[in-house]
Amino acid sequence: MNTKDKVLEILENTTDSAEVRNNLDINIFDEGLLDSMGSIQLILELQNELGIDIPISEFERSEWATPNLIIAKVESMI
Amino acid sequence: MVSFQPYVNPIYFLYLIAFLIPIIIGILNGKRFRVYETIISLLFICLIFGGPKLHEGFNLILYIIFEVLMIGLYMRYRSKHNQTWVFVVAVLLAISPLSIVKITPAINNGIPSIIGFLGISYLTFKAVQMIMESRDGSIKKFDLMLTLQFLLFFPTISSGPIDRYRRFVKDYQNVPSQEKYLEMLQKGIFYIFQGFLYKFLLAYLFGTVLLPPIAHAALQHGGMSWALVGYMYTYSMDLFFDFAGYSLFAVGISYFMGIETPMNFNKPFISHNIKDFWNRWHMTLSFWFRDYVYMRLVFFMMKHKLIKSRITTAIVGYFALFLLMGFWHGVTWYYIAYGLFHAIAIVINDTWLRFKKKHKGSIPSNKLTEIFAIFITFNVVCLSFLIFSGFLDKLFFS
Repeated sequence: MNTKDKVLEILENTTDSAEVRNNLDINIFDEGLLDSMGSIQLILELQNELGIDIPISEFERSEWATPNLIIAKVESMI
Repeated sequence: MVSFQPYVNPIYFLYLIAFLIPIIIGILNGKRFRVYETIISLLFICLIFGGPKLHEGFNLILYIIFEVLMIGLYMRYRSKHNQTWVFVVAVLLAISPLSIVKITPAINNGIPSIIGFLGISYLTFKAVQMIMESRDGSIKKFDLMLTLQFLLFFPTISSGPIDRYRRFVKDYQNVPSQEKYLEMLQKGIFYIFQGFLYKFLLAYLFGTVLLPPIAHAALQHGGMSWALVGYMYTYSMDLFFDFAGYSLFAVGISYFMGIETPMNFNKPFISHNIKDFWNRWHMTLSFWFRDYVYMRLVFFMMKHKLIKSRITTAIVGYFALFLLMGFWHGVTWYYIAYGLFHAIAIVINDTWLRFKKKHKGSIPSNKLTEIFAIFITFNVVCLSFLIFSGFLDKLFFS
C-alpha cells in the first residue's frame, strides 16, 4: 500500500467519514471533520503506522487542512 | 514623569504616530531601522512603566531577565539532552512568577503581589510557548536579541494578542514588499479606526453610560430581576467592544511596524456553538490553551493509554483547559465557575455534535435552525460573562 492510500485510510478512520476520499481538497477543520481530539488521533496513528514523528508544535492547522496537504506533508516527512 | 495605559489616552496615539513615521518611511523604502525600532520600543515601554509605575517597571526588568535565562538555559540543555522532568521543571519555573501573582491576592485579603506588573500573563504565555516549542525541536537556536524583541514587542506588551515566536521572527527578519506593506498600512489604519469606534464609542456607551445605572438598579432590586438580565447583555457588549477595540489597536500598530500580529476576535457573537465561539473569541488566548495545554495533555493521555475512552479523554482535557483558564483569570469563585461553565458547555456541545454526525440527514438543518443555534450560543455566552463579571458576587455575597 502506498503512502497516499495509507494516509487516506487513517484519515477515514479518524474523521469517521468517507468524504476525505471523495474530495481531496476538503478543509477537514472548517467542515468539522477533525477537531483537536481528532488531530491528536491522526498524529498518533501516523506515528504508529508510518513511523513518522510529528511534534505538536509542527501541527500548524493551515498546513494540515486538506487530505492533499496532509499527504504531501507526510510524504515529505518519510 | 507620567505613565500611560497603552491606547487609552489620545496623546498616546499622537506619540505613536509621530515616532512611527520614520519606521513607516523606512519599510516603504525596503529598510528596517532596527536600532531606531528598538529605541522606540524601549521608549514606549518606559512610557507605560515609568513615573508612578516605576515599581512595575523594575519588576518587568527582573522578570524578563528571569524568563530569558530560563529559555536560554533550557534551550542549551535541550540541544544535548531531552529528559521529561527537566522540561517539566523548566515550565513550572517559567510560570512560577505568574502563579505567585495570581495566588497572592486570594490568600492575602486581595492585596496584590509585589512582583506583579501590567502584562505579566501575556509575557508568560510567550515564554512558556518558547520552552515548549524548544522541547519539540521546533525552535532550535537560542537568539537573545530575537527573544527580547519577541517578548518585549511593545504594541502587544500589556494585553496581547499573543503571537508565536516562529511567526513573529519570520516577520521581523523580513521586510515586506512595498505592495504588501501598503496593504498592511491600509488594514492597520482601518483596524485603528474600527478600534476607536469599538473602544471609545461603543465600549464607552455600554460600559460607562449604560452599565452603572443598570448595575445600580439590579443591586437595588436584589436577587433576580430584569435589571440583572439587562446587566448581563450590557456587560457582555462592553467586554467585547472594550477588548476587541484594544486588540484592534495592538494589531493595527503591529501592522505599521511590518508585523502581522494575529487577530483576537472574529465576530464571536455569530458563533453557531460553543466550540465555534472559542474559535472566534480571544482567539490567540484560546489557541494558546488549545495548542499548549489541551493538545499536549490529550496527546500524553492517549499515548500512554491513561484513559481508554476517547470521549472521556476529551472531557478530561476540556476540564483541565477551562479550569486552568479560569484560574488564570484570577483565583476567585466566579472566574473558576466561569471556567467550569464553559467546560460543561463544550462537553454538551461535543455530545450534540457527535449525535448530529451519527444522525446526519434526520436532523433538520436550515436558515431557521442556524438562527436558533446562534441565539442559543449567544445567550449561553452572555450568561457565562455574567458569571465572569463578578457582579453575582456583589449581588449575592456582599
